[in-house]
Amino acid sequence: MGELRLMKGNEAIAEAAIRCGCDAYFGYPITPQSEILEYLTLENPEPITGMVVLQAESEIAAINMVYGSSACGKKAMTSSSSPGISLKQEGISYIAGAELPALIVNVVRGGPGLGTIQPSQSDYFQSVKGGGHGDYKLIVLAPNSVQEQYDFVSLGFELAFKYRNPVLILSDGAIGQMMEKVELTDYIPRLSDEEVIKRTGSWATHGKPESRKHNIITSLNLQPEPQEQHNHHLQAKYKEIEEHELRYEKFHCEDAEYVFVAYGTSSRLCQKAIQLGRAKGLKLGMIRPITLFPYPTNPIKKAAKKAKAFLSVEMSAGQMVEDVRLAVNGKRPVEHYGRYGGMIPMPDEILEAMEELIAKVEKKAQKKAEKKAKKKAEKKAKKLAKKEKE
Amino acid sequence: MTEEIIIAGFGGQGVLSMGKILAYSGMMKDLEVSWMPAYGPEMRGGTANVTVIVSQERINSPVLKMYDTAIILNQQSMDKFEKSVKPGGVLIYDNNGIVHPPTRTDIDIYLIEANKVAIQMKNTKVFNMVVLGAFLKVKPIVNLDDVDKGLKKSLPERHHHLVALNEEAIRAGMEAVKLEQKAA
Repeated sequence: MGELRLMKGNEAIAEAAIRCGCDAYFGYPITPQSEILEYLTLENPEPITGMVVLQAESEIAAINMVYGSSACGKKAMTSSSSPGISLKQEGISYIAGAELPALIVNVVRGGPGLGTIQPSQSDYFQSVKGGGHGDYKLIVLAPNSVQEQYDFVSLGFELAFKYRNPVLILSDGAIGQMMEKVELTDYIPRLSDEEVIKRTGSWATHGKPESRKHNIITSLNLQPEPQEQHNHHLQAKYKEIEEHELRYEKFHCEDAEYVFVAYGTSSRLCQKAIQLGRAKGLKLGMIRPITLFPYPTNPIKKAAKKAKAFLSVEMSAGQMVEDVRLAVNGKRPVEHYGRYGGMIPMPDEILEAMEELIAKVEKKAQKKAEKKAKKKAEKKAKKLAKKEKE
Repeated sequence: MTEEIIIAGFGGQGVLSMGKILAYSGMMKDLEVSWMPAYGPEMRGGTANVTVIVSQERINSPVLKMYDTAIILNQQSMDKFEKSVKPGGVLIYDNNGIVHPPTRTDIDIYLIEANKVAIQMKNTKVFNMVVLGAFLKVKPIVNLDDVDKGLKKSLPERHHHLVALNEEAIRAGMEAVKLEQKAA
């Protein structure tokens, strides 16, 4: 077992970056994620591992520094919180268009606008439905513990390089600020220049040898036909990612009649709500997406065969609920419960929301049964009357 | 065993660091721990609170509505958290600055005059460790050895000479804590 340390979620991201052989971090401070930059600056890994840590002049500068570093085949990352991530969207779209590996961390706070500094999950749409312009997808990882904050940094880089696609860790202020036990992994040395060339020689720009053509990094294509071809290629890649990289977790789903769908902090709150509900005899379970793209559409669809209803819980006005509805496709009721603007719902109120949904569904089922029984009785009476007449 | 605790007081009283040391001590005992601050634009003089959960099982929600123990160090926190103690639970408070003492009868109430003890020790900085001592006397979920290890792990090495002083403060807190009321 590796060394155990009590860490804030933000610190775990920073420590993971150093340990997984990250080449460069570019950031700009914003609450509630400033500890990432602070920790890295304090640890100052450059003299030891050579990892560059730089406070850029702005969020836009930071993402474009990531663009440049990843164009050279380096493991580069940036982090920010909601308003800062909005600023980065242009760069993210360019990185996706140019098919470069990069890691972006969003420790979400309440919005819109500058909003609050408290936790929120209202950047779901921005993360999985675009954010920047154009038909692109990010691979989106949603940690729900400090340990996962740590683990997803190296996983994120792995996926980013595997698919040459930007990866987003969608965290929130609660996981960023809370402290939990983290099991640390051993230091992985950064790749040497030779190793980087070997790994990324087919596409990255690190000096052209005679033996190959130019590697060109761009997201610009003035001809529509090749640009459509490029889009076809991107779409095929996203499909491949959907086929191979789906991650999700089922919690007490075996006998569940009513199922929560929640990610990140909300999934932790729902676990408690399930514990409280099960103590009352309610058969509750949860499907927790770990990747938000790809989304666990099929597992939710499958669960809809058995479950009576779904409650999507998110610290937003209702964003992910749309994807749950798409998955369930009208077969079962799907509702949303959420607090937003920086408020965290308490497990008790989540359970209350579920109990309301259960009451609604059961009332409807009862009404339906009564109607059926009434119809049956009427039919019987009619038949009897007919018989008597005869 | 699961112990769900809220520690609440003024910013600058050492509320967050006391929670951290408690969490670290739990970790030293191989327990699961979580430390969740109510963070905001808070500073010295503002209010500060932290939820600490120590458990033998994996911890689910890091935020809660009701607690096994509330450690309350100012009036605002009393107003906010007295009602959040589970029936039969524990409330520990320092009466310095408290104008409306707790009124609930269905919980155990303990008084720790930590401010006074710290002044007697001629070091007001150990205030939070006196409070921690009071808590550990009432709820011995970790022992002094674990706290010792926790302190050493959470303090940078240059501060390790202060561990003994902190330990002394914890012991003083253990001695000074008084049961005011047993749950009816």
